[in-house]
Amino acid sequence: MIITQKKPIEELMAMLEGTTRVGLIGCGNCATACQTGGEKDLAEMKEYLEAHGKQVVGTAIPDECCQKLLVKKEVKVFKDSGAEAIVCMACGDGAQTVAANLKLPVYPSNNTMFLGQVERVGVFNEACRMCGDCVVGSTGGICPITQCAKSLVNGPCGGQKDGKCEVNPDNDCAWIKIYNRLVELGQEDKILEVRPDKGYGAFSYPRKISLKEEK
Amino acid sequence: MSLLQQAFEAGKFGVTAEMAPPKGYDFSVQMEDAEYLRGRVHGVNVTDMQSACIKASSLGLCIKLKQAGIEPILQMTGRDRSRIAIIGEYLTAASFGIDTTLALTGDHTVVGDCKDSKPVFDLDSCGILKLLSDMEASGKDCGGNDLEGGAPKFYKGASVTPVYEPMVLQINKLKKKVDCGAMYVQTQGIFELEPLKRFMDAVDKANIKVHVMAGIIPLKAAGMAKYMNASVPGIDVPEYQIKRLTDAAAEGKEKGIKGLPGKVGIEMAAELIQKIKEEKICDGIHLMTIGAEKNIPTILDMAGVNINA
Repeated sequence: MIITQKKPIEELMAMLEGTTRVGLIGCGNCATACQTGGEKDLAEMKEYLEAHGKQVVGTAIPDECCQKLLVKKEVKVFKDSGAEAIVCMACGDGAQTVAANLKLPVYPSNNTMFLGQVERVGVFNEACRMCGDCVVGSTGGICPITQCAKSLVNGPCGGQKDGKCEVNPDNDCAWIKIYNRLVELGQEDKILEVRPDKGYGAFSYPRKISLKEEK
Repeated sequence: MSLLQQAFEAGKFGVTAEMAPPKGYDFSVQMEDAEYLRGRVHGVNVTDMQSACIKASSLGLCIKLKQAGIEPILQMTGRDRSRIAIIGEYLTAASFGIDTTLALTGDHTVVGDCKDSKPVFDLDSCGILKLLSDMEASGKDCGGNDLEGGAPKFYKGASVTPVYEPMVLQINKLKKKVDCGAMYVQTQGIFELEPLKRFMDAVDKANIKVHVMAGIIPLKAAGMAKYMNASVPGIDVPEYQIKRLTDAAAEGKEKGIKGLPGKVGIEMAAELIQKIKEEKICDGIHLMTIGAEKNIPTILDMAGVNINA
């Protein structure tokens, strides 16, 4: 899931300076779970904006705000609404999908933080950095690229103290976790594999994947 | 050939020390301190923005030392450089005759004095060692392109933390570093023989062939020892040593003598070095005096270590 956090409201209000008529768009998927762009959040935003001299002229919550065709259909609600700008309460991808479908300024109300696991309602952990070359098959299902602050692929640095990471003592040392897990699985030999450092040759962004072209 | 390599190949007890470049561009203090090391060590590690704190570059001070006739060991971390920049540093170093290096992953920028800097970590310690080994074997850079005149050769080293739980993780990492080309390792500071012996047993059991140099940090005061125990990973100063320093401070106060704890720290360091050498526990020592390089001749004399013997 894409984890988003609300921007400070002052930042959004600064973007909206000089704008009166505003449309709001959320996301029925990730941003709803993150409580940054669901129904309740849109209602609260509408109330806030209207209390601060704005007019909310329309709202929409597509099932997913990153689906181009879906968003194209949903933004029709803003067409003859007189909206001068859209506040997008989804992730950065959502904001761009909305912008690509409308000739209006789109202002994001959220910051896009990370790809996360949902631990429980409202608690999210970063577990995957989408590095494009998954290694968890040899690291006991624990990603060192994400869980190790230095993204070390060949074992720990000397910087752990009592099993905690020197970078953030709230975090456990990823490599101790990996080792314990491999022992549990009877796969401790895997920790000896020398892994070449990741190559970044295929990392020039923006990237595109088309299943049609791959066939 | 690297002086340290020559020493090990001749079966000698290896001795290295460590210096940090200045936080500024006047190297005169470092060059004065380096004189204490002339003829006393097989190499001087020049730290690479240790603890992620901004300093002049390791390469800069290495060049100055080399030009002054003192053997430098170029420390190289992956924190601030991509593999392109790392190769550039090594080619430059080689052109000045620098031929000994120590590869480290590097402390994270968040523990340093410019936390907003982007941590690079394109390569970790193993990656830097392998980059050099591959370059030497192929005569090519990391992009597969020929290097004019072939690749420079470096005597390659790494670091290791002997006091570590679970120890097997350090041993595994050490094995990888050696597989990637490390010929010698310098340990995190150790203060007693026992943990070093335990570590050496584990190295032997894992059949790792590498020259181990025990890290020695002469203690200056009880406060320093307590601080390191609490804050520095892998450091474990025993209580009785802290007590010796505390007692020395009290004695100094009573008798009006300054610097007694520092003197005790020097004695303890020398005693440890002497035992390591006499009992042949490992192949050498690495002195980390943290700005007190002037004490190194005294420590080595007290320990009976003379590289020219």
